[in-house]
Amino acid sequence: MIVILVLLMILMIAGAVVAIQSKDLLSAIISMGIVGFGLTLVFLILQAPDLAIVQIVVETLTLIILIAAILKTTMKESKAKKSAVVIYSGIATVILLIIFLFVLADTFRWLPDFGCPDLRMSEYYIEEGLKVTGAANLVASVILDFRAYDTLGEATVLFTAVMGIWAVLRGEGRKK
Amino acid sequence: MKGMTEIVRTISRLLAGLIFFYGIYIVLFGHLTPGGGFAGGVIISGAFILLIIANGIDEKKITGVKEKAGFLESLGIFLFWVIAIIGLCTGTFFFFNFLGKGRALNMFSAGTIPICNICVAIEVSAALCSIVIAFILVKKGEKK
Repeated sequence: MIVILVLLMILMIAGAVVAIQSKDLLSAIISMGIVGFGLTLVFLILQAPDLAIVQIVVETLTLIILIAAILKTTMKESKAKKSAVVIYSGIATVILLIIFLFVLADTFRWLPDFGCPDLRMSEYYIEEGLKVTGAANLVASVILDFRAYDTLGEATVLFTAVMGIWAVLRGEGRKK
Repeated sequence: MKGMTEIVRTISRLLAGLIFFYGIYIVLFGHLTPGGGFAGGVIISGAFILLIIANGIDEKKITGVKEKAGFLESLGIFLFWVIAIIGLCTGTFFFFNFLGKGRALNMFSAGTIPICNICVAIEVSAALCSIVIAFILVKKGEKK
């Protein structure tokens, strides 16, 4: 199982690299699709069907919207000037990489092993969730009963995003 | 926005109903099987977006759809909030599960969780439809 996971991860990283590097925007979007659908397979292998359903549906919608936008506008990446920015971004990347590795070396000692999560709060949910909430799907009982405040926040985020889109793209401001 | 060919239109007309009812199934059984309000809402909006993209749309007709989508979106999040407030008033805290739990694994069980699923589904599906309509309308505006 871990072999399949590692292969999927390598495929997803390759897809992400191709998406950044390719000059053709359509192939960049399709490589982004590799990352998303690979993530769906990872969720399925790790036995999280709730996340897999949401991921596959949202990924499909995103690809449709992005491809529609690409087909209407342009297929080519705009050429940016290469100058001193490359040096500065290189220095910043090296510094960030050093900090990242430094933190990583410290963090890895405290992480639990793969497949043996450190459950304290979750054990209560798994044992008492069905009794306390009456919902057979534990994920639903967590996101809509124990952590319903989070879900209200998420719904508000989506609501605010739609309000922002309508405010930016409204018709009245364009016609002078 | 112009529609696609006759083949695509016919197939999408046949499929849209199936996708819509699959989304409703995911929402209603969200407390029993994997899925829930968010996933089901996205699937429901997918049925509408399929019809919009395949059949094309009139600019005059779509303003009515836009207003309905905005109303439904606000209604969904308002009802979700009302459930939370009712929990605060009848029980002790925000989002208190004030309905009876019922027998586990039944359709009508788990108190407020199915109702919250329905509210989230209304909000999410209307929001995604409204985003797509916004992008279609802005293309219309630029052509003038």
